[in-house]
Amino acid sequence: MTLPHLPPNVVRAAYLVASVLFILGIKRLSSPRSARQGNTLAAVGMLLALVVTLLDRSILSYGTIAAGIVLGGVIGAIAARRIAMTAMPQMVALFNGSGGGAAAIVSSLEYLAFARAGLPVPPVAGVTILLGAWIGALSFTGSIVAFGKLQGLVTERAVTYPLQKPINLLLFLGILAVSVWLVMQGTPNPAVYAWFAAASLLFGILFVIPIGGGDMPVVISLLNSFTGLATAATGFSLHNYVLIISGTLVGASGTLLTYLMCKAMNRPITNVLFGAFGAAPKAGGPSTAAAGLSGKAVRDVSVEDAATMLAYARKVIIIPGYGLAVAQAQHGVRELADLLKARGVDVKYAIHPVAGRMPGHMNVLLAEANVPYTELYDLDQVNPEFESADVALVIGANDVVNPAARSDTSSPIYGMPILDADKAKHVIIMKRSMKPGFAGIENELFYDPNAMMLFGDAKDSVSKLLQAVKAA
Amino acid sequence: MPRHARAPKAPRPQRPDRKGIPFVLEQLLTDLTIFILAIFVGYETISKVPVILHTPLMSGTNAIHGIVLVGAMLVAGMPEGPFVTVLAFLAVVLGTINVVGGFLVTDRMLQMFAGKAPSAPRS
Repeated sequence: MTLPHLPPNVVRAAYLVASVLFILGIKRLSSPRSARQGNTLAAVGMLLALVVTLLDRSILSYGTIAAGIVLGGVIGAIAARRIAMTAMPQMVALFNGSGGGAAAIVSSLEYLAFARAGLPVPPVAGVTILLGAWIGALSFTGSIVAFGKLQGLVTERAVTYPLQKPINLLLFLGILAVSVWLVMQGTPNPAVYAWFAAASLLFGILFVIPIGGGDMPVVISLLNSFTGLATAATGFSLHNYVLIISGTLVGASGTLLTYLMCKAMNRPITNVLFGAFGAAPKAGGPSTAAAGLSGKAVRDVSVEDAATMLAYARKVIIIPGYGLAVAQAQHGVRELADLLKARGVDVKYAIHPVAGRMPGHMNVLLAEANVPYTELYDLDQVNPEFESADVALVIGANDVVNPAARSDTSSPIYGMPILDADKAKHVIIMKRSMKPGFAGIENELFYDPNAMMLFGDAKDSVSKLLQAVKAA
Repeated sequence: MPRHARAPKAPRPQRPDRKGIPFVLEQLLTDLTIFILAIFVGYETISKVPVILHTPLMSGTNAIHGIVLVGAMLVAGMPEGPFVTVLAFLAVVLGTINVVGGFLVTDRMLQMFAGKAPSAPRS
C-alpha cells in the first residue's frame, strides 16, 4: 500500500497551521464557555499534523504505524471513557507517562540511527537526543509511580530510606557524566547508551517515590511539563518545528501550573520534591500543636441539629474537599444546596486552590454534579464572606481549613493560605473519623468552640441531612 | 526543518554529513529562536486560564504533547530491523494513547462545564 506523498513545504505549512491551532485552542481554554471548543480546535490541529505526517515522503511503510495507532487508539479511548472523574489525576499521569515514553523511544531510535549508519553523533544532536531520552524516560517511570500512588497500588506515604538523597544525587551525577562522555565521544556506543537509558528510567522511580501522595498533583504537573520538554528536545533532534512549539507550550504551561500550586500551598518546589512531606510520622511523639490539643475534646452534632442550623441560616458556605469526591457525595451536596436555596438561604461553594488531587479538580467534580460554576468561589473571593456566614459546612476537607497554617510556625503547613471557615458563626465538619488529613497534621479547628463534628460517610450523612432539612 | 528537506531519496536522511559545523549552528539558532518564542507564547496564553479550568488545562496540554506521535510515526515509517520496528511500534502505541486519551478525557470534562452558563436552571 502506498499513499501519495506531499511536498516537504506543504508538510511544513500544515505543521505551522497545526501549531497555530494549538495556541488558539489553549487560548480558548481561558473561559468555561469556549473551553470545549478550544480543546476541539487543538484536536483538529493534532489530526492535521498527524495526517500530513502520514503523507510525508520519508514515511515508506505504513504497517507499524497503522497497527500502533489502532492499538493505542483503542486503549486511549476506552481508558478516557471509563475513568471516573475522581480518578482523573492518575489518568492524566498515565497519559503523560505514555507521551514521555514515546519521546524517550523516538530519541533513542535517533541515536541508534547514527549507530546503524556508522556515523559520529554531532555534539548538538547528541545533547538534544540525550536530553529528550533522559527527560522522557524520567517522565515515563515517574508518571507510572505517581499513578500507582494515587491509585493506591503503591503506598501514598513518602518512602524514605537511609542515604536516599546521596544515592539519588549520585545516580543523577552518574547519568550526567555518562551523557557528557557520550557527547564528547561522538562515536555512537549503543551499549553505554543502554546503560544511560536504564539509569534514566530508574531515576524516574527514585525521584517520585520519596514524594507523598498529597503532593502528587504538583508532581504530575511537573512531569507534564517534563514530557513537554522531552517532546521539544525530540523536535530539536528531528528539526521538526511543530514538535518544538507544542512541546515548549506544554513545558511552559506545566511549569507555570507547578509554580502556582506551590504558591497556593506556600511551599517552595524544593520542599515538595525533596522534603518527603507526609512520610511516616517520626517516633518522637506528636508535634507541639497536637500535644496542646490532646486535652481538648471535640463536640458532636446530631443530623437533626445540623439540619436545623442549615435550614434556618441566612448564609451557608460549603467547603468541599477530596473526601466528598471519594464518597461520591457531590450529587447529594448539590441537592442539599438546591433545597437550601429554595428556602431562601444564600449558598456559596468555597474552593481552595489545592482542594482535590489536582488544581481545579474540585471544580470538575462539582461540574459533574451540575453545580453551576458561577456558585464556586475561590479563596480570595470567599474569605471575606465567612465573617457574615451563619454556617460553614466542611465536607471531606481538612488541611485547607486548618488554622494552624495561620498561627503555628512549627506546623508543616504554616503559611499556606487557608479558607477562614473558623470565622463563620458555626462550623459543621463532616468527617469519617478523627484521622488526620492527607498531610497527616492535627487540625485545631475541630476543637474550636463553634465547631461541631458530624461523623460518618459523607454520602450517607448528606442524604440524612437532606431528609432532615426537608422535615425542618 | 523536517528531516527530509535536504535529502529527497535517501531512505534515512542523515544530518551530520551535510555542510559541517556552520550549518549545524545555523539550524540550532533557528530551533532555539522558535523554542524561546514558544516559551513566551506559552506563558502568556496560560497565565490567563482561571483556576477552575486548571484540571482541563493540564489534561488538554497533556494531550498536546502527544504531538510526539509525529516523531514516532517518522521513525516507524522506515523499514528497519525487528528491534527498531518493535520499539517504533511501542512509541506509536504510547503516543496514540497520549493523544486519543488526552483529548477525549479533556472533552469529557469540558462537556460538563459547557452549557452551565449563569442562566442554568436552578431548582
